[in-house]
Amino acid sequence: MTVDAALTQAFRSGWGRIVATLIRTTGDWDLAEECAQDAFARALEVWARDGVPDSPVAWLTTVARNRALDRLRRAKTEATKLKEVASVPAPEEVAVDDDLPDDRLRLMFTCCHPALPTEGRVALTLRTVAGLTTAEIARMFLVPEPTMAKRLVRAKHKIRAAGIPFRVPPAHLRPERLSGVLAVIYLLFTEGYAATSGDRLVRRGLTDEAIRLSRLLTTLAPDEPEARGLLALLLLQDSRRDTRVDGDGRIVTLEEQDRARWDSGEIEEGLALLARTPTGGPYVLQARIAACHAAAPTAASTDWPRIASLYGQLAALTPSPVVALNRAVAVGMAEGPEAGLTLVSDLEASGALVGNHLLPAVKADLLRRLGHADEARTAYEEAHALARNQPERDHLASRMAALGTPT
Amino acid sequence: MKYLMLICGDENLDLSPEETAAIGTATDAWVREATERGVRLDGNRLARTETATSIRSRDGELLVTDGPFAETREQVGGYDVLECADLDEALEVASSHPVARIGTIEVRPFWDQ
Repeated sequence: MTVDAALTQAFRSGWGRIVATLIRTTGDWDLAEECAQDAFARALEVWARDGVPDSPVAWLTTVARNRALDRLRRAKTEATKLKEVASVPAPEEVAVDDDLPDDRLRLMFTCCHPALPTEGRVALTLRTVAGLTTAEIARMFLVPEPTMAKRLVRAKHKIRAAGIPFRVPPAHLRPERLSGVLAVIYLLFTEGYAATSGDRLVRRGLTDEAIRLSRLLTTLAPDEPEARGLLALLLLQDSRRDTRVDGDGRIVTLEEQDRARWDSGEIEEGLALLARTPTGGPYVLQARIAACHAAAPTAASTDWPRIASLYGQLAALTPSPVVALNRAVAVGMAEGPEAGLTLVSDLEASGALVGNHLLPAVKADLLRRLGHADEARTAYEEAHALARNQPERDHLASRMAALGTPT
Repeated sequence: MKYLMLICGDENLDLSPEETAAIGTATDAWVREATERGVRLDGNRLARTETATSIRSRDGELLVTDGPFAETREQVGGYDVLECADLDEALEVASSHPVARIGTIEVRPFWDQ
């Protein structure tokens, strides 16, 4: 293997581990990152000269650790010179265990601590766990690099100044904190998945990172059904990535997608994960819904009654207007458009989705299926006026055109 | 680590005498428990904001005004000083304060530690 390839591989599998181990042993996030970076720079030199070591990540960990100890030792000497009480632990007191797998889990939980702003959680996870550069993260989120750098600095400063602990939370906090970690990964995925504009390829990196982090989480926390549920959900959604939009950037609905082009590897893995997950929360339920679509060979053979029932369970667990709207769609398919419209009317009456184009869009589809072309057109027009992105507006316009001219 | 808990709430909240008394009793219990546990070092309730006086000194001139420094929906009504292992412990202690259910509690670390 070439030095470059070995380094790339070691970076993918090793960065998060090395940083996590150094944070645990030194308590210093910046020091951890800088020493990890130094170790990779050294590797480039040394490996080219002496060859790639047998276990590259262990080599890198040792180099990074020695560098950290060195810097702490020097900092301590300086501190002693200044006759200050050294708050830095003496290097010999720093117990360094090599690569406990737990460290990355600690890192994930700490990066996703609820006391950090959401954007800071996302950025910190990508920087420290996934090892993306500040420039890469900035590009993915379409913000200038200095803005992203500031976000990272702020988040790390708060961890230190506010005393956010570097640990896997205790049992009584764990469910709530785990859902925080899952939410960050899901947000990363949807950021990448929703992108339909010219930057699609760059943002595609986000869905890959989300899947990678989600996979890592299931390895680190194998007993968490929701972690498996999230991975299954991401894989099943991602399996449709190439068929959601046509060559001209137009939206292709689930019904019209070419199912032969869905990624069968991802579908198989997602279904297998679900088979090993008998119970779970909202992510498992959403994954089961995605699985109903993935398992249907044709749109017509979709098990809509099951999807409607799963949305019912989801609505009971995490009530939200968007879940209620999806349930209305599923009920409309399972029991007929009238049953769906009843649920849509309830939602309209609640006023929860005012200003959201999805409500009139769903209503329009149901009315169209009932043959109420004029009412459907009015609802499509309303949805069209509210839709924010061009592909969605185009999609609604084509639906409207298919209704024919007003009677 | 030392943290300051700022107890904030709407001081014009229309509570019945019974509700007011219940919050008082619950707060006394919280103070007792947190103090016995060793996580609460100090604290007190403050008089209403209409008793506040703000001062600013600019170019050698002292400006004294009546009232709190900012008009907000929720006002600082008390404080507690905590000594906790980390933010998680401080948040746990703060979240069991009765005012957390009706107002807002800001938890902030001390500058120098």
